[in-house]
Parts: sequence; C-alpha cells; structure tokens
Amino acid sequence: MPHTNTDPLFSMSSNHLIGNTLRSAARTAVLASALVCAGAAAAAYTLQEFTFDSPAQERTFRDLTSKLRCLVCQNESLAGSQADLAQDLRKEVYGMLREGKSQDEIITFLVDRYGDFVLYQPQVKPSTYLLWFGPFVLIGVGGWLLLRALKAKKAEPEPETDAAERARLHQLLAATEPPDQAK
Amino acid sequence: MARSTTSYLVPLGLFLALTALLFYGLSLDPRKVPSPLVGKPAPPFTLESLKEPGKQISSDILKGRVSLVNVWASWCPSCRQEHAELLRIARDSDVQLIGFNWKDERPAALEMLSRFGDPYTLSVFDPDNQAGIDWGVYGAPETFVIDAEGIIRHKRIGPIDAKVWAQEILPVIQQFSPKG
Repeated sequence: MPHTNTDPLFSMSSNHLIGNTLRSAARTAVLASALVCAGAAAAAYTLQEFTFDSPAQERTFRDLTSKLRCLVCQNESLAGSQADLAQDLRKEVYGMLREGKSQDEIITFLVDRYGDFVLYQPQVKPSTYLLWFGPFVLIGVGGWLLLRALKAKKAEPEPETDAAERARLHQLLAATEPPDQAK
Repeated sequence: MARSTTSYLVPLGLFLALTALLFYGLSLDPRKVPSPLVGKPAPPFTLESLKEPGKQISSDILKGRVSLVNVWASWCPSCRQEHAELLRIARDSDVQLIGFNWKDERPAALEMLSRFGDPYTLSVFDPDNQAGIDWGVYGAPETFVIDAEGIIRHKRIGPIDAKVWAQEILPVIQQFSPKG
C-alpha cells in the first residue's frame, strides 16, 4: 500500500516541490531540445548534402570553409554563412576536395576568382608587408622615441640658482604659511 | 624655442595624417571588393541561351568587339533600378551588351525583360552559378567591360546610372575600342 501523507502542510509543500521539479525538468528538456535542434540545423545546412570519403577529408573541408570568407555576409566564414553564394562555394570546395585537389589548390582557385579578400588571414607578400609588419615597426619607432625622450630628460642638468635667487626663495617660503601648518 | 615647436608640431602632424587616413577609410565601401580578374582574359563559358532553351552560347561571342557583360537577376532590386540606363546604353551606344542572367528562374527573368524591355544583344542563363564562380560574381548587378581581345578591363559592382556610365564605364570603353 502506498504511503500517504496525512499532514496537510507537508503534503502541500511536497506537491509544490514535485510540481517545481517537474516544471524545471520540463524547462530543461525544452531548452535541451532547442539546443539540439539549433545544433542539428547548423550542421544540417552545411553538411547535410555532403558525404565524405574519410574523417580526414571532412576535417579538411571544415577547416577550409572556416578559413574562407563569404563575400556576401563579409563577417561570416563560408562554413557559417547562410547566404546562397556561400552554399554554392561550399559545393564548389566540396567538389574539388572529392576530386582530390589539395587545400592550396582550392585556395588558389578561389583567390584567382574572388581576390585575397576571401582569405581571413592575408597572405604574406609585398603588398601586405605593411599590414603584417607595420604594427611592429610602429611599436619599434614608438619605443625608440620613448627611450630617447627619457634619456634626454635624465641628461638635462638641474637649473642653477644663484645666492640672490636662493635668498629670495627662502624669503618667499617663510612668508607663505602652509594651510596645514606642516613644516 | 624651435625644438619645442617641432615637438608639438610633429605629433600634431602625425595625428592629423592618421585622422585623414581613417576618415578616407570611412568613405570606402567594404562591399566593393576589387576583382583579381581585371587585366586577365575573360573566363571561358558555355551557357544556355536565356531566350532559346537548349541553344548553347559560348564565350567566343566576346571576341572581336568591346562588350559589356551585365550580371543580373529578376530578384535583384538594383538590377531593376539600372534597367532604364541599360536600355539607354543599348539604344545610344554601339557596345555589345551581354545579359548574364545569374541564379534566376527563366520564367521570372523573361517576364522582367518583356515587361521592362530587353537591352541585351544576347542573354545567357546561369541558374546554378556555373560560370558565375569562374567570373568571381558575388552579387547582382555586376558589369564587366571586356575588350575586343576578350580581356576584362573593368568591373563595376552595383548598378549603373548615367553618372557611372559617363565617368566610369565609357572612358574604359573608349580607351580599349579599336582605333579608326
């Protein structure tokens, strides 16, 4: 026979507790399924129609598409963009991977057509030297100027005061009562 | 006092130069990505004709005269915006205007041409972005200026209006038109 609690107060709080637990469990379940759906959807629109020969090939695909920029939504990678063009380019990358093209060949293919802008990380070449090394040059120049300024300051001699000036200073100091009386 | 004047003026000058540079940066449009194809031969294609399904048109049509290749689609509002100017160009200029219908549906594209007029000497149909990727197309409208040797000489991203035509496109066409 199941135990029934006769104490109304206890029963009530117990019911209350169970209700709360159920509610929060339900909430957790809804949240969890929402997250799963979101995850599934995110995976689905990129990889749904792509099947890979090997896990390594899939890794290469994910790696490549996250390094390449979508030209329509410029702050999104090819992997993350919902833009129609991004899907076309994912298909193109996928096709080239299946043909056995190397990462470099695929990147060259896209750069030849869309320009360096498709790369999130610009290549190091004469036209990007300023971009890559400019900040270090600036820091170097700034540091050099700072050092020079500090040295110049140290080397500066203390201004000389003659006897008359010193006497006048003493006189001024004596005449001025400091507000906090500290001497 | 000459030294302290320079020590004020040099940082001020640097600051103003940086401000000018950054201010100039604000006026640039990040959507305008320069095409690496300018100065290179137009990528070859073979695409179906928009108007005559089944008929194949190859990029050989670009040889022998200066052409404009205008990438457009019926879903693209800016294409509708430039349409009147394209009709004017087709009427007033002797440049060959090729319509490159991109990622579109044939009935919708034909509907737009019959409703607003057809400025194109020829129209190719690329619903699946086959040739579009080779041409580095990433939006519509885009317009390429191709010289008589089939070299891409200019790429316009965004709609063409009378000002763009006069200042940006026409000078390129004149520069690369065969003399005499």
